[in-house]
Amino acid sequence: MARSDVDSRGRPVVVVTGTGVLTSLGNGKQDNWRELTAGHSGIRRISRFPVAGLRTTIAGTIDFVPVDELSAPALSQRLAEFVIDEAVDEAAIGSSGDFPGPMFLALPPVEMEWPQRLALAAASGANETVTYDDLLRAAGTGRFARYHERFLFGSVAENLAVRFGTKGSPVATSTACASGATAIQLGVEAIRRGECEAALVIGTDASVNPESLIRFSLLSALSTRNDPPEAAARPFSKDRDGFVMAEGAGALVLESLAHARARGANIIGVIEGCGEMADGFHRTRSSPDGKPITACMQHALDDAGLTPDAIGYINAHGTGTPENDKMEWVGASAVFGERAASIPISSNKSMIGHTLTAAGAVEAIFTLLSLRHGRLPPTINYDTPDPTLPVDCVPNVARDAQVAHAISNSFGFGGQNVCLVVGTP
Amino acid sequence: MASPRDAMITGIGLVSCLGDGVDAHWASLMREGGCQPVVDHTSFAPWPVHPMTALELDRQIPRRGDQRQMEAWQRIGTYAAGLALDSAGMKGNADLLSRMDMIVAAGGGERDYAVDTAILSALPSAADPGAYLNEHLLSDLRPTLFLAQLSNLLAGNISIVHGVVGSSRTFMGEESAGTDAVRIACARIAAGQGDLFLVGGSYNAQRADVLLHYEMGRLLWKQPFAGVWHRQVQSGGMILGSVGCFLVIESREHAATRGAANLAHIAAIATDRSRRRPGEATAIATHQFDAMRQHLDPSHAAVISGASGAPAATMEEAEFLRDLRLPVRATASAFGHSLEPSFPANLAIAAISLANRRLFPPLEASELETPMAAELRQVLVTSWGHWRGEALAVVEAA
Repeated sequence: MARSDVDSRGRPVVVVTGTGVLTSLGNGKQDNWRELTAGHSGIRRISRFPVAGLRTTIAGTIDFVPVDELSAPALSQRLAEFVIDEAVDEAAIGSSGDFPGPMFLALPPVEMEWPQRLALAAASGANETVTYDDLLRAAGTGRFARYHERFLFGSVAENLAVRFGTKGSPVATSTACASGATAIQLGVEAIRRGECEAALVIGTDASVNPESLIRFSLLSALSTRNDPPEAAARPFSKDRDGFVMAEGAGALVLESLAHARARGANIIGVIEGCGEMADGFHRTRSSPDGKPITACMQHALDDAGLTPDAIGYINAHGTGTPENDKMEWVGASAVFGERAASIPISSNKSMIGHTLTAAGAVEAIFTLLSLRHGRLPPTINYDTPDPTLPVDCVPNVARDAQVAHAISNSFGFGGQNVCLVVGTP
Repeated sequence: MASPRDAMITGIGLVSCLGDGVDAHWASLMREGGCQPVVDHTSFAPWPVHPMTALELDRQIPRRGDQRQMEAWQRIGTYAAGLALDSAGMKGNADLLSRMDMIVAAGGGERDYAVDTAILSALPSAADPGAYLNEHLLSDLRPTLFLAQLSNLLAGNISIVHGVVGSSRTFMGEESAGTDAVRIACARIAAGQGDLFLVGGSYNAQRADVLLHYEMGRLLWKQPFAGVWHRQVQSGGMILGSVGCFLVIESREHAATRGAANLAHIAAIATDRSRRRPGEATAIATHQFDAMRQHLDPSHAAVISGASGAPAATMEEAEFLRDLRLPVRATASAFGHSLEPSFPANLAIAAISLANRRLFPPLEASELETPMAAELRQVLVTSWGHWRGEALAVVEAA
């Protein structure tokens, strides 16, 4: 039976008509899907900067995309450009540089980085002791005006809005590692309230640099299993010891079903529901009872008008930290009861690492592809099951499965929890 | 005509150089002889900044452990959020807080200056600069500094300290983060996608690293204090101010059901962007104004302007405002420009003025800032970002 243009609550149904993805596995859906379902890892030894003295020396960096004057916002913007091109091309919507709707962008927080700071210090001419007064003096020469623009929180979204011709004020959001899912939720809400017929949603993150890596390292969040790099990310394994930082981007063209049908667009999948629930327990840890994660998944199911029975696959947040995987299981157990152990729940992060701000968008796309192709990507490196987490994590080898509805989880520092329900057209 | 889905301001938390809370701000703006902005000319000379008033943090952030986990911008914001919840009569109401949606407009936290300067001084002569950087960041950065800097951790701290957990979203993008946070909250209320919102942000201007950022763009005023419009006679420039502002915005019917007092009504709001070629921002603002003007009664209306002082945008906005022929007040002349919370703070000032049914006296001698004797019933609030983003709202007496 064909879907109605509106859902059970009378809201416009929101569909996906184009996607683009770029990870350490490659540029584009085709390469990514092939590598992901082959169980290959994109994690490598870091070559971008010296790793001497670091506890973690591996990451899923994007080293095949050149960018002028490398910085996290510069590369994040470049990755976004690639995935938007792919998504808009697939959706065949609007015309070049004229996207007919608003933009919601998940972006890592922006600040000036060490190469720029050192350039200012060098330009200041200060000997021996360099202070911020010296940097300020160098700044006043006007030679660094491009840094003002580059390191504004708003400039990546602005530049993308100019290039792709999105409408209105572009919204850049950060909900830590849930950002990509938040961006999707913002787009879904805008279409549901009739503000627009289409929205461009992006998650992008290219912040593997010494200070970002060290910040996560100081919180003991990263795997230190450096050798071999591809074996480090071990979600749901007993010997998991942290996540692996990674870069990547994903873009989705969202549209109302009515609009997509009217223009004869190819519909890839449906964003059926979004749920969120913040956790006030701790800055980096979940409530021990798992209630916010549980409520988040339940809210998403309620929003989709589905019961837990309808869900056939869970694309896990699955970072591979001891804490996350345990709490995600606690949440899934509460929502799905006895079925929790038999629903396939796999972690893309075992292969692409944790793409942080981009993860929610990248993994929503992989979830859509899983439904579309009837094939579930595996959780690799699953050699030593954790007996306290009796999950079916699709161990090591992809599996064929026809699934109508799946959920994609995203959790982040600061008590951020977002869950998406996606379905077949 | 009143609608149950109208977006009402039912709580305000505002802190700046003018004081702690709504009453302190109103008293300062109404001061006999004119508002006296507090300006620190010495700490960051030659750049004047508006410093945050002394806050009794324990009143809103009772646990010292929480205070220690935050940088100043987070403490300012968490404090202001607590004031807003108090003002809305919601503090500690777990039922309401558990379904309250939060949208925070955030930048990021400050650097550890001692670590930065030590590395900048020694790295160029280090035998292995890369290894030196790694070693010193690993050993010298405080592990908790990351979370104290991270953009979404202002929201995270508000969840922890005040229990606001219905949802938590952080927008980034200087002034536009603040305008879009309010716009989306109002749109969600109108569409029934939420009833109760906490919206706002905070800014700590007393930081060498933010001065550095805007000095790179050569956008700062480097002379003794002058009002926003007066600065344009010379080269223009921003004076940054430390500000925290949160608003409780809720549907009219939700406020009525729980017996909350309405402070003001956000009757219209629009946000947009342009590349800022000459006249583009004016074209957007004119389009926004034209969509709202039919509901405006000019004899009882005024403008609260978010003009930053940054030259091009401020001069173009002045021309736009001149044509409106309404009394204007640019609050950056009173408590500085504060990027993300600037627009929420100006909505707060509009709401305070409307609640008092009068506009406060001019903040500087300017042809735009004319006195207003008539009763104040409507306020246009502008936000032209220092670099990008144009927004306009109409706030009405409740």
